[in-house]
This record gives sequence, C-alpha cells and structure tokens, in this order.
Amino acid sequence: MESINIKSPQNIVYAKPRLMNDTNMHYCPGCGHSVVHKLVAEILDEMGVEEKTIGICPVGCAVFAYRYVDIDWIEAAHGRAPACASALKRLWPDHLIFTYQGDGDLACIGTAETIQTLNRGDSITIIFINNAIYGMTGGQMAPTTLMGMKTSTCPYGRQADLHGFPLKISDIAATLEGTCYVTRQAVNTVGNIRRARKAIRQAFENSMQGRGSSLVEIVSTCSAGWKMTPDQSNQWLADNMLPYYPLGDLKNTVDNK
Amino acid sequence: MQTDNETLLLKGNEAIAHAAIRYGFDGFFGYPITPQSEILETLSLLRPWETTGMVVLQSESEVASINMIYAGGSSGKCVLTSSSSIGISLMQEVIPYMAICEIPGLIVSVQRGGPGLGTIQPSQSDYYQAVYGGGNGDYHVLVLAPSSVQESCDMVGLAKELMMKWRTPVMILSDGSIGQMMEKCVLPPYTPRRTDEEIRRECPWATNGLGLKGRKPNVSTSLELDQNLMEQRNHALQAKYMRIKQEEVRAEHYMTEDAELVIVAFGSAARVAMGTVDEMREHGHRIGLLRPITLWPFPDQDILTLASRVKQMVVVELNEGQMLRDVEWAARFRCPISFIGHCGGVTITPDEITHKVGALLSQG
Repeated sequence: MESINIKSPQNIVYAKPRLMNDTNMHYCPGCGHSVVHKLVAEILDEMGVEEKTIGICPVGCAVFAYRYVDIDWIEAAHGRAPACASALKRLWPDHLIFTYQGDGDLACIGTAETIQTLNRGDSITIIFINNAIYGMTGGQMAPTTLMGMKTSTCPYGRQADLHGFPLKISDIAATLEGTCYVTRQAVNTVGNIRRARKAIRQAFENSMQGRGSSLVEIVSTCSAGWKMTPDQSNQWLADNMLPYYPLGDLKNTVDNK
Repeated sequence: MQTDNETLLLKGNEAIAHAAIRYGFDGFFGYPITPQSEILETLSLLRPWETTGMVVLQSESEVASINMIYAGGSSGKCVLTSSSSIGISLMQEVIPYMAICEIPGLIVSVQRGGPGLGTIQPSQSDYYQAVYGGGNGDYHVLVLAPSSVQESCDMVGLAKELMMKWRTPVMILSDGSIGQMMEKCVLPPYTPRRTDEEIRRECPWATNGLGLKGRKPNVSTSLELDQNLMEQRNHALQAKYMRIKQEEVRAEHYMTEDAELVIVAFGSAARVAMGTVDEMREHGHRIGLLRPITLWPFPDQDILTLASRVKQMVVVELNEGQMLRDVEWAARFRCPISFIGHCGGVTITPDEITHKVGALLSQG
C-alpha cells in the first residue's frame, strides 16, 4: 500500500487558504480572531477578488490582521476604519472594501464613524468581533461588556449606575436605511463557524453588487481577558453572551433565493 | 469640457474648489465650518462627479474627513479636505499617520480667531498648529501660505505636485480674509484625472488591491512593536525632511534689495504690509517685505541674509507672535526685530502698520 498517493490533489479536502501566509499568529489560544481571519482569507480566495480588495484594520487585537492575510491593508486610527472604508469605496467603486473591528473600536470610540458609514449606505462590509472586553490593552470594560461581568476597570462587575448598559450596536445598525444586511454570528462551534462563513460571504457579495452596507457581528471569546480556558470560554459564551446577543439575521433586504 | 483658462471673480475659498476640480483631484471630503464652507458648497454646486469624476463627500466630522484623506491617499488617489482652526485641531489625530506612512494628501486650513471656538473673523493664530503640528511624534507638514485669491488657486496645483512628489501631507494655510475676499482669478485649464491603471503604475506603493501581477501586498501602517525599527522609520522620515528643506523653500522678496527695514509677514498680513511698503516707498523710506510662501520649510537663509544686511526687521502677524520665533531664530540676533500684531480675529490696516513702522524708523 502506497501512503504517498494520499497527498495527491484530488484527495485534498481541506487546506490552509491560499491568501493566508505562514506568519505565526499573535492571538491567544481559543481566540475567535484566528478563525474569522481564516474565513475571510478563504472567502476572498473563493471569490477571486484579492486583486481589488482593500482591508482596513482596527486598533485592538486585530491590529495585526495585515500580517496574516496577503491582501492590501490600511491600518486605521482607533475607531476610524469605517470612514476610511467610505472614502475607498467612493474612490474605487468596483473594489471590495471591508473593515475588521473589535467592540471597543467599533462600538465605543468609533461609534460616529460606524453609524454614519452604515447610514450612508456605502457598499462596504464591516466585520465586527464582539468579545465584550478590551483584549489588546489587557481586559478593560468594553461597550458590550455584559451586566455584572468583571473586567479590570469594572472589577466588581458592570453596574448600570456606574457604567451604563451594554450596547447592542448591531440592533441600531439594523434600523438604518443604508444597511442591506445586518447579522449576528458566532464561531464557538463548528456549526456556527459554517454559518458565520456563509454570512461573511453574503456580506462580501452585497459589497461587490453595490447593495448597501453590510454588518456581520461575530460574538467571540477572549479567553485571556475572561481568564478562562478556551473550552470554558466557549461554554461561557453560549451561557451568557448569546442570551443577550442572540444569533441570526437582524436585517436582510437581499433575496438569496 | 473647457480646455482653456477661465477668468472669474471669485472668493479665495471658491477658487480652491474650482482649482481642485481643474487640477484633476480625485476626491474631496469635508465638514462645514465657517469661514471655509464655500469650498464644500462650491464643489457641491459644480458637481464634478458628473464631469471629471471627482468624488465629493460631506463627512460626519473633521475626524472622519482626515481619515478619508488618509485612506484615499494611501490608495494612490489625489485627495483633499478643508476646514478651519478647531476642525483642523480634530484632524491632528491622523496627520501624523499620514506623515509616517508617507501618504499624500492636501489639507486646506482657513484660519479664524481662537483659542477654542473663538471668532469667525480672520486670524493667523494657527501658525503653530500648522508648522509645529498638534499631532504626536516627530513629523512635519509642508505648509503653503497664499496671500491672494489667485495664489489660493495656484497653490492647489503646487500642493498636488508636492504631495505626490514627496508622499507627504501638504497644508494650504489660508485665513478668513483670503478665503472670503473676492478677486479676479485666472483658473487653469483642466488636467485629466489619472486612470486607475495610471495610478497603479505611478504609485506602486499604494494600497489599492493587488492589481499588478506578482506584486506583494502593500500595507499602510504606523505601528511597530520594535522600537529600533520605529527609530529607523523615523530616521528615514527625517532624511526626507532634510531633502525637502533643501529643495522646497519658497519666499517672495518685495523691494528688499536696498531696504533698510524689512517687514516679514505671510498670507493676509503680508498682503496688508505690501500696502505699507508701497506707501512708505512713495515717501522715500527704504523699506521692503519678505513674504515666506512655504512656512515649513521656513526660509531661514533668506531671513539670515537680510538680517545681516538691514538695520531692523519688523514681523507682522495676525496672532501674538508665532512666526516671530522662527524669524528670531533664523536671524541669529543680527539685527533688532520688532513685532506688530493683532489676535482673536482682529485684522490690521496698512495705516496702522505704516504708523508703527514710521515710529520705529524715527527711533532707529
């Protein structure tokens, strides 16, 4: 029996996406970012659009997304990625323009840019990683931190009188005339990863077809910030995050059939 | 589309809008603020997206505007924004990103009185903001100071050339006087916008998709975790600034050849001071004007040469003496230097300068 033939092309059913390079990722074990990066690279590859794709990185853990996916990138200032995206889409209307942002970047310091870009209806995609905490700076409270959840700046748990309420920015986005597709996904299970992949593909298609703004929220884990093992994080996400941030489409004006 | 020059009676702000279209800019992104709103208004009225294909967008804030310029410039497009004083303060966030990432872009600053909300009257109190920057890190912006409507128009062309040549943010530092006053203006013929293919050829560094076969991905980033790498990037930037200092200094000498007293002034103050020079020359006083056209790089050598020769210098500004410091430094104490100025949006008349310069001459 010849084992060498197993590696022949017709037998390959799964491989690293062509647009992902070999750079070691800086993400912690169990982090959702690496999974979503892989999905983005896979979809761009599948769509064959890397020649006309510009990605915009946030400030936060995904600040180095440009190190891992081999496309053109712009590293934006904290929260400003959507403004960059608006300009790029108008200057390069046939391009695929997407931002990749975390909760602090998108739903706190960049709230104005996020809402205004989505409301202008620029045909761009925003991929929004919501892990309810500031990862890069070491586990501070985020706009999406759940009530009672402990972080280094709400060490006794988030309280409404001290910190206000967790922001469901995707729900706001769904009310805007400019958005054509707003969805909330997760990557904590294989099934959810497959659904998230489909959602990102849908959003990218919308952007290429000029249908309006698309927002794909991905409820994600931060095992380092949450101080849990990757497995505990996935369970905590299912038990605590998903009841407050339920999965599914919040708005879809595009007929998929 | 007209291929010839066209002569119109325009405000300085309107001239900038016309010039941006005619010099082949790809996009304007701006937010309303007095006294510069005519730039966005004129562009909206002229609808260049239907003719040259130039994009015009009213942004949600000056913070957004500057990020739009950063991204647009990064993709190799010729883009500009405009604002006034407090709006330019908001833009300071991202100007350093443009400087270190070597992103071309034009920022038009039409100054009003400050600090804070201040007034909507003309002022030059943002000299420090333009020349020394409010952003972080060791960086410069190339600063051009127009003193007429015609020069406002011409400088849009010059700024485009300089920002693409040096891959740097360029600022046109106008003010409420130059922006609002109307003068005859000869507009240039239309320069066609570059095609996307031309941009890709001319700007192989730009982040506009991997359109060129075999090209490695381009990334615009100001972030380095290794401080030694960041120092190297800083050194490369400073080396570029040295070359800009050697090649791009511009200044106008007005009757300085035989002058005993030289006024140093830029922008609208220089325009007023020119009246003083004319009037005092008629009365036999040997007086001249040095007008820095580039505020950074500053005409240090012009100042030093004059300071070594003249009896005294007078700096005239619509602020509390901001450029004065640069003139003093450049002059190396070779001659006495006085200052005449107003601030907070109060302008100056030729009569006032004449009166005060006359007093200085009689003392000297």
